[in-house]
Amino acid sequence: MLELVAALPDTSFLSRIQFAFTISYHIMFPTITIGLSLYIAFMEGMWLRTKNTVYLQQVKFWMKPFAITFGMGVVSGVVLSYEFGTNFSKFSEIVGPVLAPLLAYEVLTAFFLEAGFLGIMLFGWNRVSSKVHFFATCTVALGTVCSSFWILAANSWMHTPAGYEIIDGQFQVTSWLEVIFNPSFPYRLAHMLLASFLSASLFIAGIHAYYLLKKQHNEFSKIGFSSAMTAILILAPVQIFVGDLHGLNVADNQPVKLAAMEGIWQTQKGAALRLFAWPDEETESNKFEIAIPKMASLIVTHEWDGEIAGLDQVSAEDRPPVPVVFFAFRIMLGLGGLMLILGISGLIARKAGCLYRFKPLLALSVIMIPAGVIATLAGWYVVEVGRQPWLVQGLVRTADVISPLPAQQVAFTLVLFVAVYGTLFFTYLHFMRKLVLKGPPTIESLIDTFQPLNKLSESRSKQPETLNDEGQDLPPTLNPAQVDMGYTQEFSNYFKTDKKGAE
Amino acid sequence: MDIAVVYLLLIGFGLLVYVLLDGFSLGVGIVSPLLKDAHDKGIAMKSLSHLWDSNQTWLVFGGVVLFVGFPSVYAYVLSNLYIPITLMLIALIFRGVAFEFRFKANSSQKWWDLSFAFGSTVATFFQGVILGALVGDMSSTRTMEDAVEWLNPFSLFTGLALVSGYALLGACWLIRKTENELQAKVKKIAQRLLIVVLFFLATVSIWMLLEQPAIAARWLNWPVNLWLTPMPLLTAFFAYKLWPLLTSEKEPGLKPLAFAMSLFVTAFAGLVAGIYPYIIPGRLTIWEAIAPDKSVYFTLVGILVFIPVIIGYNAFNYWTFSGKTSMDDGY
Repeated sequence: MLELVAALPDTSFLSRIQFAFTISYHIMFPTITIGLSLYIAFMEGMWLRTKNTVYLQQVKFWMKPFAITFGMGVVSGVVLSYEFGTNFSKFSEIVGPVLAPLLAYEVLTAFFLEAGFLGIMLFGWNRVSSKVHFFATCTVALGTVCSSFWILAANSWMHTPAGYEIIDGQFQVTSWLEVIFNPSFPYRLAHMLLASFLSASLFIAGIHAYYLLKKQHNEFSKIGFSSAMTAILILAPVQIFVGDLHGLNVADNQPVKLAAMEGIWQTQKGAALRLFAWPDEETESNKFEIAIPKMASLIVTHEWDGEIAGLDQVSAEDRPPVPVVFFAFRIMLGLGGLMLILGISGLIARKAGCLYRFKPLLALSVIMIPAGVIATLAGWYVVEVGRQPWLVQGLVRTADVISPLPAQQVAFTLVLFVAVYGTLFFTYLHFMRKLVLKGPPTIESLIDTFQPLNKLSESRSKQPETLNDEGQDLPPTLNPAQVDMGYTQEFSNYFKTDKKGAE
Repeated sequence: MDIAVVYLLLIGFGLLVYVLLDGFSLGVGIVSPLLKDAHDKGIAMKSLSHLWDSNQTWLVFGGVVLFVGFPSVYAYVLSNLYIPITLMLIALIFRGVAFEFRFKANSSQKWWDLSFAFGSTVATFFQGVILGALVGDMSSTRTMEDAVEWLNPFSLFTGLALVSGYALLGACWLIRKTENELQAKVKKIAQRLLIVVLFFLATVSIWMLLEQPAIAARWLNWPVNLWLTPMPLLTAFFAYKLWPLLTSEKEPGLKPLAFAMSLFVTAFAGLVAGIYPYIIPGRLTIWEAIAPDKSVYFTLVGILVFIPVIIGYNAFNYWTFSGKTSMDDGY
C-alpha cells in the first residue's frame, strides 16, 4: 500500500488528467446536442408550417436521443463549474476577475434558459399549444448556442488574452469588449459551432442510414438522411475553410502551437507539409517523415518560400507535448476530409437517384456516426495541449496554479470519475441502442394522439383520444390515407434535388 | 449600498433559492425508498422530471456568483473541501441521470430508483457536511493558511440534519403532487420527518452556541438578540402551523411546502446572522475578499437584468405542470 502511494504521480499531473478527462467527457454531449436541438427545432418548424406529420415523427423520434444526451451533458457539466476551484484554486484566484463573469453570463443566459424550457420541450406536449411548444424548442436551441458563445469567449481568452492588466498578481479587466472579442474568439466560435452542427448531422445521417440499410422505417429515414446529407455537403467545406482561417490565426498568435501541429522543429523557409511523421522530442526531429515540399509554407503564409517559425523558437520547457498535438491534428484533418468525401458522395448518389439505396454510402454513414465527436475531441486536444505549458498563453503556467492537494485525494477522485463516467457511458450507449432499435413512433399513432394543430391550448384538460376518434376532424394532411402521398410530394418539393430517390 | 454586501446578499439569495428548490427535489429522492412500489416511486420522480434541471442550476448560479464576487473564497473553500465537494458532485450525477434513464428502462428500473435515492441522499449529506465544516471550523485563531477540518462529529451531524430537512421539503412537495393513498402515505412520512427536523434544528443550534463563542456572543448580545430572538419563535410557529396540515385528511395543496420552506428560511437567516460579515467564517470578511469593481459591476448588470426574466419563465414552467402529477406527460 505504501509503495502504491509512493508510486503516485504528483498532484499537478493528476489534477490535469482529471480535468482533461472530465472536460473531454463532457464536451462530447454538447457537441451533439447543440446541432441536434437545431435539427429538432427545424423539423418542428416544418411540421407547424406544412402540418405534415412526417416532420412531427422526426421531432418525436429525435427528442429521446436528445434528452439522454442533454442529460449527460448537464450532469457532467456541473462538475466542471466547480472543478476550477477544487483543482486549480490559484488559477481561480488570479484569473477569476476575468473568467468568472463570463461563466456567470453563461449561467444567466444559457443554463437557466435551457433548463427552464427543456421541461416544456420534453414533457409539455399535452400542456401547451403547439406554438408555445415550438417556442420552447427554439429557446432550448438558442440556449445551447448562447452557452457556446460565453464558454468559448472564456476559453479563447486563455489562448489570446486581451483587455486586461495585472495588478498585485491578479488579472483585472480594462475592457470587457476586448476580453470577450479577443483575437481568437470569432474563429474558435465559428469552428466549434460548425463542428457541433457537423457532428449532429453525422449522427443523424448515420442512424437513418442504419434504418435504410435494414430496410426499416423507410419513409421516415429518407427525410432524415436526405436532410442530414444536405447539411454535411454544405457544412464540411465551410468547416474546412473556417478551420483554415483559424489555423492562420494560430500561426499569428501561438506560433509554437502551430509548429507542433505541423511537426516543424527548425525555423525554415519553404517548410514541407508533413503528412505523416513520428515526432521525437529527444532528438528534436521527425522519424518516418512523409512530406510534400513547401506545402506547409504555402498553406500558412500563402507563399512558397514563406518562413514558418519552428519549435526551436522557444526552449524545450516552453514547448507542448509535440506528438499529442501532431497526431490529434492529423486525426481531425483526416476525419474532416472523410466528411467532405461523404458529403460529395451523397450529392453524387442523389444525382444518380440512388441516395437511399447505395449501400457503400449508407454503410460509410453508419461508420461515421462518431466521426464528428472524435474530430471535435481531437481538435480540442490540438488547441488545449498545444497551449501547454501555459494555461493562459505566455502568462500563467499550468503547473504553477494547481490546488495544493494531497496526491492521494486527487487519485481517489480520479479513479472514482473514471469508474462512474465509464459505467455511465456504456449505460448511455445501451439506452441509445435501445432507442434506435425501437425506432420512431408510427405516423398513425402520432395522428391518434396528436390533436389538430393549435387547438391544444383550448383543451388542456381534455383527453386527446376523444377528439380524434373520427377521422373527419383531421385536416387533409393528417389523414392517414393521404399521408404517404402528401409526404412524398412535400418532401420532394422541399429537397428539390432528389425526385427519383424518394420512390 | 456597499458592493460587497450586495454580493453577499446575492450569494445568500442564490444559496437559499437552491436550498429551497433543489432541497425539495433532492428530498423526493431521499424519501422515495419509503414509498411502496415502483409505480409510486415513478410518480415521485415524474413530479420532478420537468424541473430538476432548473432547480439544480441554482447550485451552479450560487457557485459562479461566489466565483465572481469573491474569487479567493471560491478558490479557498473549494480546494479545502475537495473531497466532500467532489463526492457531492458525483452523487448529483447519479441523481440526474436517473431522470433520463428510469423512464426508458424496463428491467433496470429498480436500479434507477436506487440511483435516484442514493444520489439524492449522498449529495444532500455532503452539502450538510460542507455547511457544518465551514460553520464548525469558525475560529478567530485560524488563518487562511490553515486547512478546513471537514470531517468531524459536528459536520457529520449537520450532514444528517440536512438530509432530514430536505426530506421534509420533498415529502411536502409530494403531498402537493400526489393523491389518495399515496398522499396519505407521504403525509405520514412528513409527520415523522417534522419531528426529526425539529430535533436536529434544536440540537445544531445549541451545539453551535456551545462550540462557537463568536456566534454565541452575537446571539446573546443586547440589542442584536432583539431581532435574532424571533427566529426560534418563528421556527416554532411554522412547525405548529405545519403539523395539523400533515395530520388531517384534507387536501392541503401547497401549504405544507410553504411552511416547510419557511422553516428553512428562518433557520438560514439565523445562520447567516451568526456568521456575518465573515465570508469564510472566522477568517475572511467580505470586504477583504471582494473582487475588483470592473468584474463585480459588469456581472451585477447581468444578474439584475436576467434574474427577473429567469424567475418569470421558471414560474411559467411550474404553472404549466401545476396540479397532480400525471404519468401521461412524456415525450
